[in-house]
Amino acid sequence: MQKDTTPSIHIMRSQLGRARGLGAAKHGAAHWWAERLTAAALLPLSLYFVLSVLLLKGAGRAAMAAYMGEPWNAVLFLLLIFAMFYHLSMGLQAVIEDYVRKDAKRIAVLMLVKAGIWFLGLAAAVSVLKLAVS
Amino acid sequence: MKDVREALMVGRNSEGKLVRRPLSPHLQVYKPQISSATSIFHRITGVALGAGAVLFTAWLVCAAAGDSAFSVIQAIFASWIGLIVLFGFTLALFYHFCNGIRHLAWDAGKGFELPDMHRSGRLVIGATLVLTVAFWLIAFLVG
Repeated sequence: MQKDTTPSIHIMRSQLGRARGLGAAKHGAAHWWAERLTAAALLPLSLYFVLSVLLLKGAGRAAMAAYMGEPWNAVLFLLLIFAMFYHLSMGLQAVIEDYVRKDAKRIAVLMLVKAGIWFLGLAAAVSVLKLAVS
Repeated sequence: MKDVREALMVGRNSEGKLVRRPLSPHLQVYKPQISSATSIFHRITGVALGAGAVLFTAWLVCAAAGDSAFSVIQAIFASWIGLIVLFGFTLALFYHFCNGIRHLAWDAGKGFELPDMHRSGRLVIGATLVLTVAFWLIAFLVG
C-alpha cells in the first residue's frame, strides 16, 4: 500500500497560535527592539556626552549649571539618561538571567538591580532638572 | 521540584544504571579567537559601564547638591586613582560604542562572512584605542 505523504499537522497547538508564532509568552520581539532602539539612540547621545565632558572638564558648579541651563543641553542629558538606563537595565537583565541560576536568587538580584537603576536614573534626571532651573 | 536542567543531566548507561551525563569541554579548551574575545568584552564593558553610570549619577547629583559636594567629586575625578578609573571607563565606553555598531550591523544582516567579521573585529579594537587616546589627548592638551 502506498504511504500517505500528504503534509498534515499532528500537534495539539491551534493553527492560529502556530501561525502567530509567539509561543507561550505571547510576546517576544519588544525587548529585542527596545535594546536596539536605545543602542541606536545612544550612538549620537554618547558622542554628545563625551563632547560635554570635554567642554565641562574642570568646570566649577556655576559652569555646570549654566551648561544645563541651556534647554537643549538639559533635554539631551535627559534623553541620554533615559536611553542609557533603559539600555543598561535590559543588558544587565540578560547577563543576570544567563549567570544566576537559582530562581529565587535570580529574581532577587533582578529586583535589586532594577530598583537601583530606577533610583540612579531618577537621581540623575532630577539633578539635571535642578541644575537646569537653578 | 527539580530544576529542569538538573533533571536532564541524569541518564541511564548501557547497564541501565542512573548516571550523571558527562559534560562536553567548556570554554577553557578553546583557543581565544577574535570572535569570542570581542563578544565577551562587549559584555564585560557593558557591565563596567553600569558601574560608570553610578559615577555619572554621582557627578550630576553632586553638581545639583552644591559647591562643596561638587568640589569633592571633581577632586576625586582629578586624583590619580580617579583618572585611572575614568581612563578605564572611556576605554569601556568607546569599545562598547564601536562594537555596538558592529552588533547593529549584524542585526541588519550585514557583515556575517568570516573574513568580514574578523576585519570588523580588528577595526573595533583599533578604533577603540584611537578614540580613547584622542579623548585623553584633547582632555590634557586643549583648554
